[in-house]
Amino acid sequence: MHMADALLSPVVGGAMWAGSLGTIIYCAKQLKEQMDEKLIPLMGVLGAFIFAGQMINFTIPMTGSSGHIGGGMLLAILLGPYPAFLVIASVLIVQALFFADGGLLALGANIWNLGIYPAFIGYPLIYRAIVKQNASNKVITIASVLSVVIGLQLGALSVVLETKLSGITELPFSTFLLMMQPIHLAIGLIEGFATAGIVVYVRSLRPDIVDNLEGVKSASSGGSLKKLLIIMAILAVITGGAFSWFASTHPDGLEWSIEKIYGKPEVPEKQNPVTENLAKLQEKTAILPGYSLPVKGAENTESGPSPWPAVDPGTSLSGIVGSFMVLAVIILFGIGIKFMRRQKAKM
Amino acid sequence: MKFETEFFNIGYLDTLSYKDTFVHRLDPRIKITVSFIFILFVVSFPKYELSALIPFFLYPVFLLAAGNIPFRAIFKKVLFVSPFAVFIGIFNPLLDTRVLLTPFGIPVSGGWVSFLSILVKFVLTVSTALLLIAVTSFPGICEALERMKLPKVFVLQLLFLYRYLFVLLDVGLRMSRARDARSFGKKGKEIKTFIKLISVLLVRSVERAERIYQAMLSRGFRGEIRVLKHHTLGLFDILFAVTAVAFFFLIKKVHIVNFVGETVSRYIR
Repeated sequence: MHMADALLSPVVGGAMWAGSLGTIIYCAKQLKEQMDEKLIPLMGVLGAFIFAGQMINFTIPMTGSSGHIGGGMLLAILLGPYPAFLVIASVLIVQALFFADGGLLALGANIWNLGIYPAFIGYPLIYRAIVKQNASNKVITIASVLSVVIGLQLGALSVVLETKLSGITELPFSTFLLMMQPIHLAIGLIEGFATAGIVVYVRSLRPDIVDNLEGVKSASSGGSLKKLLIIMAILAVITGGAFSWFASTHPDGLEWSIEKIYGKPEVPEKQNPVTENLAKLQEKTAILPGYSLPVKGAENTESGPSPWPAVDPGTSLSGIVGSFMVLAVIILFGIGIKFMRRQKAKM
Repeated sequence: MKFETEFFNIGYLDTLSYKDTFVHRLDPRIKITVSFIFILFVVSFPKYELSALIPFFLYPVFLLAAGNIPFRAIFKKVLFVSPFAVFIGIFNPLLDTRVLLTPFGIPVSGGWVSFLSILVKFVLTVSTALLLIAVTSFPGICEALERMKLPKVFVLQLLFLYRYLFVLLDVGLRMSRARDARSFGKKGKEIKTFIKLISVLLVRSVERAERIYQAMLSRGFRGEIRVLKHHTLGLFDILFAVTAVAFFFLIKKVHIVNFVGETVSRYIR
């Protein structure tokens, strides 16, 4: 359920980045205070372990297809919230760069969706609340399954909200929700039982790994968690504002919703020369400062009786012709550079 | 098998990143920042925008060509990776059926236009992310992150993760292969076996981390790793950044595609 750049608007992507980045810095600060140098290689190696663990797959019961673990909650149980969040973020960075899972802008959202919930909700509020010292294997299993399921449900819900707020998909909110939540319930159950099995088995092999690591000692207290949430919220709001200058030149999901609230009537217009558009853009910004309305036809309302803009077929034709021309020039440019390089290498 | 190929792909991208070309030599901070700005520009286009996105292909094509990166390596990855955007986008043509364009008299619905727009944005952003790592070594990226004031602890363990990624992937691959050699068909892949295998892998990893730490201590580790290669911001770096961002601004403000298309169509007529 990795988010992708192509589904995000800059405002949503930027806000998620700010929240995730703020949390990374906060976690690193917390770690510095109670720093155990031993933790650094352990964190790195466990991050690499997640990749290695994904090499080993298993048959998903009843379906016959194969799956592998995500491992977010496992990291939280082994390392505790702050180090676990940093490791999850690192794993996602490597995935975004090498596997192109999602992309660079979506990375902030992905770190949030897959990191915040296991590290700061699933682990401290659910797992730790159920598992006390000397807990039985059954209790550990229940706690693991519950925390993984809830973490993944929140993650899936965030994906839906982020996509919807970005306004790129046509999927209605409820349909989207109905698509995402049940799938992630199934995934969560499997991942939960796998996580529980690993925790229980590792406990029988090396009890100290599960019971005595940093995580048990430094379960985050409610106070600092509240502080963290406040910091994250403020950061998200600030960047949301800062990034909206990007939105101000072109409409996106946020504007679409604002437009809906204000109920601005649609004005069908022809797409044409730049100057005309710019002039119209200025008119619009004066009415609704900071938010320019659709320049290219009134495309942003999904419902409502507004007439669909009549697009001049000539313009759309020239759009297609122009696209291919520009693309051809770019490709020629690339081939040219490569050619020149080869010539140079020959000399 | 999928993961085996993915694994070799990491290694392949890693080797690519140690080439020595103009873009490889650029300061990693510049490359990260410019690529990020590029992605912001791309995603800031409205959902029915298609032709205006085309000029943006210049940036990934430039990285590919100037960085001497084989086209197929990136193309194959983009093609097979991350189905999420496509999966969500494919609903647009089904749900948004109002006719938006009629090129050559063929009605094209808004849903198809926005779906194509998602695909174009997807190819642009994903190829840029892949090319960024293909022209920048991972340690270089870590160095940049640290100099962009990300916490030291975070960067340190990220470096560790990368260093041991290849070692542990090898271990995981060997375990998986050993299991496959001992099992027939679906047998041996049950979740029970999986749990035991992965637990052993986990314990081994933790023990490795303990050994690594001891080894580091005996070599005088004091919570810091020193890197030899330090990039400095040069004239070329700044020139590259300014040109690139100015270019993004230009093609965002001026609709080059329409201009070219209109001129050409007029010429034909």
